[in-house]
Amino acid sequence: MDLTAIGAALAVFTGLGAGVGIGLATSKATDAVARQPEADGKIMKLLLLGCALAEATAIYGFVVAIMILFT
Amino acid sequence: MNIKELLNEILLKDKAFIHMPFGEGRFDIYESVVVTWIIMAVILILLLILTRDFKVHNISKRQAAVESFVLWLRGLVDGMLGEEAARYTDYISTVLLYLAVSNMIGLFGFIPPTMDINVTAALSLMSIILVEAAGIRKKGVLKWLKGFTEPMAIITPMNILELAIRPLSLCMRLFGNIIGATVIMELIKHVLPVFLPVPFCLYFDIFDGLIQAYVFVFLTSLYIKEAVE
Repeated sequence: MDLTAIGAALAVFTGLGAGVGIGLATSKATDAVARQPEADGKIMKLLLLGCALAEATAIYGFVVAIMILFT
Repeated sequence: MNIKELLNEILLKDKAFIHMPFGEGRFDIYESVVVTWIIMAVILILLLILTRDFKVHNISKRQAAVESFVLWLRGLVDGMLGEEAARYTDYISTVLLYLAVSNMIGLFGFIPPTMDINVTAALSLMSIILVEAAGIRKKGVLKWLKGFTEPMAIITPMNILELAIRPLSLCMRLFGNIIGATVIMELIKHVLPVFLPVPFCLYFDIFDGLIQAYVFVFLTSLYIKEAVE
């Protein structure tokens, strides 16, 4: 039985964590901007950094899935 | 054509664009290199046209627009780098411009060069070399070496590992994002070639491309800032 597709699907499950992480970060950033609208430049920067770092895990999962499928 | 064949065609196709005879064998020039040449030519011609006959007094509207754009770009990059590392502004803004154009070149039907892992690997190697060189230049070799043992001697292996992890993650992030966007766009075009791709194209080609270019230079300048502190 060929299980490569299931392996790739499991690798893509890393997206779960990235989604939750980015959602949390965005909700907190929204809170922070609502409280201190004048600091939105700094908050935006931190949000982008956090999202980029959280998203990296999802991207690694995706790259691993592609490697599993196509090698 | 089923989906697996489509993905195979995107991911495994021959990347070589020009085959040059070279000695016994041949020397391949990749498609990403050719597209990079096109981007270079476009940016260069645009610059030459836009910066023609600039004056000190009575500036034209074009000059005002170019000047405000350049000031905005430098302000953005300076804000990321901080005062200590302000000398690296030009390199960072060049990379930002190149990445922004190359992530968006999919709009004109070219394959984005950043979809080739070799391009992103080269860019991230350049970044890490610049980061370490900035650190050495600022602190001197001995203090730079000593920096690996900070804040505690026990995490020295971690600090050394970071030398490899940082460029790897920069490289994989850019490559994975762009190739993911391209694969999803191809799948959407496969499902319905009319109307449906328009909003997705706006998101993946313009918004995501710009965000990824920004994130790449943001992380690079963060590392530089950290290295020169």
